[in-house]
This record gives sequence, structure tokens and C-alpha cells, in this order.
Amino acid sequence: MEAKLVTPRRRQEWPSGWRLAATAALVLALAAVVALVATWRPAMAPVTPPPPSSFDRSEIARGAGLAHLGYCAVCHSAPGGAAFAGGLDLKTPFGDVYSTNITPDAETGIGRWSQPAFVRAMRQGVARNGAHLYPAFPYDHFSEASEGDLRALYAFLMTRVPVRAPPHTNHLIPPLGFRPLLAGWKLLFLRPRPVEADSRRSAEWNRGRYLVESLSHCGGCHAPRNALGAEERAHGLTGGWSEGWYAPPLDATSPAARVWTVERMDAYLRTGLSLSHAAAAGPMGPVTRELSAAPPGDVHAIAVYVSSLMAGAPASRAETPGQDRAAAAAKAYPQGAVLFAGACAGCHGPGAPMMLEGRPALSLGTPLYEDGPRDTLQIMLRGLNKPVGRAGPYMPPFSDSFSDAQLAEIGAYLRARYTDRAPWPGELTREAAKARKEGAS
Amino acid sequence: MTTLIVNGVRQTVDADPATPLLYVLRNDLELNAAKFGCGLGQCGACTVLVDGQPVFSCLLPLAAVANRPVRTVEGLGSPDRLSPVQAAFEAEQAAQCGYCIPGMMMRAQALLERTTRPTEAELRTHMSVNLCRCGTHMRILRAVRRAAVVMGGGVQNATEPVSTLAAPPERSA
Repeated sequence: MEAKLVTPRRRQEWPSGWRLAATAALVLALAAVVALVATWRPAMAPVTPPPPSSFDRSEIARGAGLAHLGYCAVCHSAPGGAAFAGGLDLKTPFGDVYSTNITPDAETGIGRWSQPAFVRAMRQGVARNGAHLYPAFPYDHFSEASEGDLRALYAFLMTRVPVRAPPHTNHLIPPLGFRPLLAGWKLLFLRPRPVEADSRRSAEWNRGRYLVESLSHCGGCHAPRNALGAEERAHGLTGGWSEGWYAPPLDATSPAARVWTVERMDAYLRTGLSLSHAAAAGPMGPVTRELSAAPPGDVHAIAVYVSSLMAGAPASRAETPGQDRAAAAAKAYPQGAVLFAGACAGCHGPGAPMMLEGRPALSLGTPLYEDGPRDTLQIMLRGLNKPVGRAGPYMPPFSDSFSDAQLAEIGAYLRARYTDRAPWPGELTREAAKARKEGAS
Repeated sequence: MTTLIVNGVRQTVDADPATPLLYVLRNDLELNAAKFGCGLGQCGACTVLVDGQPVFSCLLPLAAVANRPVRTVEGLGSPDRLSPVQAAFEAEQAAQCGYCIPGMMMRAQALLERTTRPTEAELRTHMSVNLCRCGTHMRILRAVRRAAVVMGGGVQNATEPVSTLAAPPERSA
């Protein structure tokens, strides 16, 4: 019998392309498992809703003041809805996110949240059941609030009237509805850094800085955001966008024509009107309404801090004198002059009742001095809120009265008449159309 | 000379382009329903419809109107043929001094052309822009709810049941 050299049967080999694909798939699957494990947060056990009598009254009162300083009710209440019951549609570049019910309702609110669960939500953006929360809820700021303040807020919220209001469904661009992705966002961008006191500054200044950085989250509007919606906090309050409005810089690049002294800033924050500037516009309306109910000492502290940030601004060196170059502006923008005479002069013109009442001239307000026309256009489109706590005229909206081209004419006329700045660059009619679209509620 | 379309009719007026539409309607066209209440866009007595939207005609310069259709109370109907809103305001006797009423009617007309079934909350928010000093607000709201029923769907969550029983009184020819 011949001895055959028998080649051992070779293991079935896959083609190299298939092997690469299989390895990649395995690596991806392992990575996904690791990611899901890393992003998973435990649910915290639900508790029996604590009775309001179990909370210390002074802590509740402190929490009420902090809730005003953080304007919780502004986002967590829908128009016409109950306070803190949620349901407000926050339009973000990533889709619509609805605010949640933070009344102590056991089924639809936070009634079954323990205090540690609440603190974790505020600090890390994780709900009681372990779900990640969208950073439309500014936990990147609230993470810097003190434990004591968060406990006081918990006491306040858990003693509100429970309201049954089931959550709305968010409408986000896919796949952003998949909440574990937020863990990746947090890994990249959530950097809790407790606000440390600056010993060279007064206690009041430090209190203001603590509030601005944490609960009052000014940077949420007044700082720029990157493409993934994370606030760029490294350079401070250099200006940002919110709900179609431009929130101007609150630092040395402030375009304001008048200096923001502590007194002026304090008056503005508490009443929604600075007689040396203008009325609070757009999203600042609800902010100043809330701050008008906050502890005055804390609002003053914020004014001390924010005005100090703008100490290097041009207005601090020399305030721009008020202008009224009516003839030159009418020559450059005759249609704007006609429209102003018929629509605006009744309140804003010299000798108008509102001006005799002491309201600031248009040459004082910051919007006309900003680099772009957005805020001027939005004010014309939407009108203004009434100042807090005083009867008086309010500016009605003109969105139905004027076309985009007419708004552009008036805007250019105002810039020429009331400021010493060059005309705004760009196509103003297109800017008006953008403002109309982006500020629509 | 400026041309504008008022209640479906093309009109030509000789007025300064900055003149607010309210004065043009009353002085040049003798359409006196719209009233001067404040001249500051605060009270709504001057409310008319421009391109279907309610606006303060005291703050709308003639130059801004262009060819956007303007509608006033006179264009809603006539004494012999009242529109649903007019008939409802009459049936509910919603006027006391009557000064705010034309503005109220035009504001209501805008709402009911936009939606046939407003909610009570929408109705109140929409009408809250116009002021009434006599205090006939409840009758005005009843009138708008009645008009909503006649024009289509009625008001959702109405705080009062809507009456459509009492017919307007017979008018002599």
C-alpha cells in the first residue's frame, strides 16, 4: 500500500475582505457594548412624595429666591399652562425639546424623586430613572451650584402644587432621540468646575459671579456655542444667540453707547428698564420679570459682577453722545423717514408723550449699536414687554404692519439717525426675513 | 396721490404718505367705524384688517399699505345684511358706549377667519390686545363665541354655553 502524504485538511479560510469586515463588526459590537455600559446610569429608587410639612420653611423660602434667580418657571411653564408643569417647546437647532413637569406630582412630575436624585439631575443631567437629559436644560451651569442651594431648590419644588401634566414627545433630528448619545456629548463638553472665590474681590462680587456662572446661567445666551450646541465658556460672555435674538457681549467688547454702572444694571435687571439704555427685549423680558421677584441683594450682586466685566468696554472710557441726525437720515433713507413719521414718532419722536414721561431716546439703546441689525429688527417685529411693576406704554408688534423691505428701510434709517456708526453691512431685507422666521414662536 | 384697496374697492387719496391709515379712512374715505382711542397702538380702537391681519391703523402709514387689501367694519356687511360677527355683537348687545366695538369686531373677525374652532384661551389671548373701558368684556366674549358657532366650529372649552337662540330684533325697512 502506498503511503500517501496526506495534507492535513486546511481550516476553511475566509477571503481576507470578509475577515476584515468580521473583525470590524466584532470591534464595533464590543465598542457599542462598552459605550452602553459606560453611558448607563442607574435608576434611583422612587420615594413616597415627601409631605410639604417635612421641609424647613426658611429653606423653602431660600429655594423660592433661588428659583427666581434661575428663572426655572420661564422654561418649565407653557404659555397658559400651570407654573412648573412643563410643556414649553424649546426650539433648538437639533429639533424641538419640551420642558418637563417639575411639580411634585407623583405620576407625571418629580414627586417620587429623592433629594439625591434631584441633585444628580441638576449636576449631571441624569433623570431619576437613569435617562440622560438634553442640555437644553443647562446642567452645564447648574453643576456649579452648591449642594446647599440645590437642596433649597428641592425643598421649594417639592412644596409646590402638584399638577398632573404628562410629558410631551420631543421631535429631534434622528438619531438624537437616542438618549445614550448624550453621554458622549457630556464626555466631550461637561466640565463641572466649582466657582472658586476670588479673594481680591468683595464678597458681593463673588456672590454675583457664583450666581452668573451657576443658577442664573447668563452664558446660556450670552456666550457662543459650537456646532454640537455646547457653550464655549473659555472666553467668557462674548455674545451669543437665543430664540432668534442676539444676546450682546457682556465684556470689554460690549457695544453699548452708555456705560453700565452697577446702579443702571441693577435697575435694568430688577425692572426691565434702564433709563440710560432701553427696555429689556426678547428673552430678557422673562429674565427681568423673574429677577424682579428675586432677593434684591442677590440681583445687586449680579449687577456688581456683570458691570465689572464690562469695565473695559468703550463706553467706560467715553460715552457716545446722543445723536439725532434727522435731516441726514431722511436724505439717505427717505422711505424710512416717512414710515418712522407715521408709525414710530408718536411714541419715539421728540415731544411725544412717552418721551416726556422720561423713556430713553433711541440713541441710548444698545441694539442700534450692535454689529448686526438682528435685535433692532426683532424689536420692531415682536414689540417689547412692559417694564415690571409699573403701568406704562408697551411697544406693540409690527410684524403684520410692515413687509421685510419696509422693516429694512426703517432699520437703516434708525441706524443713520440715532448712531454715529456706519450702515449695517449685508442685505437688510434678507436679514428682516431671517429675523421674522427665526424669532417666530 | 396714493391708491389703496379698501373693502374691495380701489380708492385714490391725496394725503401725505406718512399719514396713518386711520386718518385716511376717516377723513378721506369717510369710513368712520375705526376710532382714534390713543394714537399710540395701546388700545386697539383703530383695529382694521390689512391682508387678513389685525393691525393698529393709527400706527400704519399710508405709504406702507401699498396694494394690501384693507377691510373695515363697513366692509363686513350692511345694516340689511349683517355679517355673523356683526349679528352676534348685536344679539348679545355687546356695546355700551360702543367706542371699542369696531376694533373688537375686526379683531374677532381675524381670529375666526384663521380658525373655526378656537379654544377659550386662544379667544381671550387674541382679544386681550383691545381695551374696553366700559367693562362689557363678558358680552363681547359671548358675541365672539356666538359668531364662532355660526361661522363654523364654536369655541373649545368655552367658559359659558353659547346661546344662538335669541334672534336679532326685527328692523323696520
